[in-house]
Amino acid sequence: MQWETVIGLEVHVQLATRSKIFSGASTAFGAEPNTQACAVDLGLPGTLPVLNEQAVAMAVQFGLAVHADIAEVSVFDRKNYFYADLPKGYQTSQMYHPIVGPGDVDITLDDDTTKRIRIHHAHLEEDAGKSLHEDFLGMTGIDLNRAGTPLLEIVSEPDMRSAKEAVAYLKAIHAIVTYLGISDGNMAEGSMRCDVNVSVRPKGQEAFGTRAEIKNVNSFRFVERAIAFEVERQIELIEDGGTVVQETRLFDPERDETRSMRTKEEANDYRYFPCPDLLPVVLDEAYLDHLRSQLPELPADKRERFQSELGLSAYDAAVLSASREMAEFFEEVHHVCGDAKQAANWVQGELSGALNRENLSINNSPISARQLGDLLSRVIDGTINGKAAKQVFQALWNGQGENADAIIEAKGLKQVTDTGAIEAMIDQVITESPAQVAQYRDAEPEKRGKMIGYFVGQVMKASRGTANPQQVNGVLIAKLDALL
Amino acid sequence: MHDKTLTQLATALKSGEFSSRELTSHYLQKIEKADGTLNSFITVTGEQALNQAEEADKARAAGNAGLLTGIPLALKDIFCTRDVKTSCGSKMLDNFIAPYDATVVEKLNAAGTISLGKTNMDEFAMGSSNENSHYGAVKNPWDLTAVPGGSSGGSAAAVAAGLVPAAMGTDTGGSIRQPAAFCGITGLKPTYGRVSRYGIIAYASSLDQAGPMARSAEDCAHLMNVIAGHDVRDSTSVARGVPDYTETLNAPLSGLKIGLPKEYFGDGLDPEVEKAVRDAVKVYESLGATVREVSLPHTHYAIPAYYVIAPAEASSNLSRYDGVRFGHRCKDPVDLIDLYKRSRAEGFGEEVKRRILIGTHTLSEGFFDAYYTKAQKVRRLIRQDFLDVFEDVDVLMGPASPTPAFDLGAKKDPVSMYLQDIYTIAVNLAGIPGISVPAGFAGGRPIGLQILGTHFAEAQLLNVAHQYQQATDWHLQLPAFAEENA
Repeated sequence: MQWETVIGLEVHVQLATRSKIFSGASTAFGAEPNTQACAVDLGLPGTLPVLNEQAVAMAVQFGLAVHADIAEVSVFDRKNYFYADLPKGYQTSQMYHPIVGPGDVDITLDDDTTKRIRIHHAHLEEDAGKSLHEDFLGMTGIDLNRAGTPLLEIVSEPDMRSAKEAVAYLKAIHAIVTYLGISDGNMAEGSMRCDVNVSVRPKGQEAFGTRAEIKNVNSFRFVERAIAFEVERQIELIEDGGTVVQETRLFDPERDETRSMRTKEEANDYRYFPCPDLLPVVLDEAYLDHLRSQLPELPADKRERFQSELGLSAYDAAVLSASREMAEFFEEVHHVCGDAKQAANWVQGELSGALNRENLSINNSPISARQLGDLLSRVIDGTINGKAAKQVFQALWNGQGENADAIIEAKGLKQVTDTGAIEAMIDQVITESPAQVAQYRDAEPEKRGKMIGYFVGQVMKASRGTANPQQVNGVLIAKLDALL
Repeated sequence: MHDKTLTQLATALKSGEFSSRELTSHYLQKIEKADGTLNSFITVTGEQALNQAEEADKARAAGNAGLLTGIPLALKDIFCTRDVKTSCGSKMLDNFIAPYDATVVEKLNAAGTISLGKTNMDEFAMGSSNENSHYGAVKNPWDLTAVPGGSSGGSAAAVAAGLVPAAMGTDTGGSIRQPAAFCGITGLKPTYGRVSRYGIIAYASSLDQAGPMARSAEDCAHLMNVIAGHDVRDSTSVARGVPDYTETLNAPLSGLKIGLPKEYFGDGLDPEVEKAVRDAVKVYESLGATVREVSLPHTHYAIPAYYVIAPAEASSNLSRYDGVRFGHRCKDPVDLIDLYKRSRAEGFGEEVKRRILIGTHTLSEGFFDAYYTKAQKVRRLIRQDFLDVFEDVDVLMGPASPTPAFDLGAKKDPVSMYLQDIYTIAVNLAGIPGISVPAGFAGGRPIGLQILGTHFAEAQLLNVAHQYQQATDWHLQLPAFAEENA
């Protein structure tokens, strides 16, 4: 039987506010346990929440970026359950009236086609603390630094049909929130985590299969692997005559598998009701207009502009617009050198390769966009050739010079375009290579093209890479053909 | 000194008749002498009070005294106080010391008042007799076999007995007004949002409101001037100007339109209470007010609606008492569930458990709409009843409680206890202010007249109550117990 996978994602994005969603405590990551939890975060008796307006603005910005309806009135509800790292015994969230209504986001697939994924809603909520089960001799330690950190939970419709689509969607959300600057998007630090809802159904069937929810998957790679495992598990189960039960599962990256956490029957009754300590959030059109006017160019718009205005391929445009940092770097390089294609090739090629090799993010690139742009300017104006450019790049990477010009000067990489000098080098190579000249002369005319490479190589070597290869090529052919 | 009102004491302090230290010592001695019998305090902070009093006297000597500088007060043990235990009448919080002051406490401190200590109360403010306290019942100074009312029973009894000139209470369904009525003092529940809830341990957040309990409306006005106002730490407090509540106390009442809700004079109302209330209304007529009967048609739904909404909020508000971070923790828990179960089973009393169970049930999947959503609809109707009536009349009058104080131990059945609040509960659901003023006695036990106004009509209520107290002297009468322990 042919199976179809159906996936929906709930993405939790930690908002980059300086203080918590309902208190003045700092949200900075990595502090000593419980040093960033104030009386409100600890749920001390008598304390009350006060909504952080910045968190509201960020949620609205996201909503506007995904073309969503922004609720004129949204309401915070209490989600009641007991857990040791949940100080108040409830999480303040938005159940019935979320701040962001239905919207959509376009994802780019491998074949450069786009697919629209609908967003059901997004709501604001507070994060819980952390339970630390190790290092406490059979006890559990509680760190409430994270308690009260603002989260935006973005709930998609079940519109994805493969792990690749799910990852593309997650990357699109990641790009949007980082473009907006509403989250650092750091998955390793938990700034973005997601719950994955997966089900399978026979191809052609309209009704959804029973879904399993995989909790707290915190990297693109894990999302892909968790879905792959889960899809296989469900198909095998059904094909062996079993049925999928609705349940919550955990992904174990060590073993590359998902495990049952609790079934629907064991699910909590969260007893949602409106939080009486907080007023409804009422937003007017003027407020939305103000935020709308401040929106930066978003990934989809950038990608479109990279293609239409800069003439980049769909692939290049998608790669370069995928993250705000990458796009900004590319645009700066382009701005400096003026050639979009060169800029695109170098950012994606030489630069990305070097960054990957050293496991660096583009933010930490040893070469600045300005430096790379200056280097490319020298390629474009013919001062150096491509080969020399790579040497300059390496030197810049290693910090061997302030800028491209200094390195070109110091290393004597300026391209030689003096015809006399080039002719002299060519004559020398021809004189020193009688065997190759004889072979060239005796070859069929259509095979001579290939043989020219040897001579070009020798001349380039003689010029220590500074000769202009096109020029060398032209003169060589004329001189060799004259010997026929 | 003990027979003086707070207003009179303020004048005496100003004139130098006695110092704050002398006044504070006087009250501390009275507490020492009488409270073994009354049990109105959970914690007495004598040393701190005397230190504060000395500071107050110094401030006065330096010419920095405000109107209330040096006046001793007491706080219901629901107001968080830095470095002083705040138990909320519960074993659960017997070890809890907050690292902050409630906003009300901060404001009172800033005004230079002295806290003598924390008064007894029904556990987590759940009760109408003060018999639900972990620290034992409180006796009514007018009759030591009677309850003082609840949940602010300790505050009411302490003021009535002359152990303190005024005290702070909170009122979620009548917890200021009913004990004020039972103890023959004046108690004001302000409009929801008028006084900050920050630092007040929550029972039912959408209903809780703090207010003054004192000997007279004038005393309450002075205290309201200190505690009312917007607080950025309480999102439900209202950003609205605060009038000087003493300024309008003497406004004449001619032309005042009084409504008597017919639903407040029906079955179950003690005839002597009814007579006292009707006599009080006659006093108002003599002061130039006109009286008419009005109707609040949804009144009989108030108690059922309240006992859905309040327990629902309470079940959630009290989830934080889990033995993990503060409060009572059971001995040697074997795991997290055991820790929760035993800490809460041991830490909470019967009535608190009952309301947590009710609230947990009404919020459960499948019951939520039938109970909670429905109760909220009823709540809107009740509020609308009041808004409609206030189109026609200025204030409403009726009994604060259907009977005078009942005997200790008399009400064993929780529902009969809940019915005590029949005239007070709708006021919290509507969010409007209400005041109870002494209006007579039945069998030696005080009777309270309740006066209600529309949202933010506190100044008017205090004016109306004050004019009555200018024409009568019920509020000035002291129980024999106070005289005996003078």
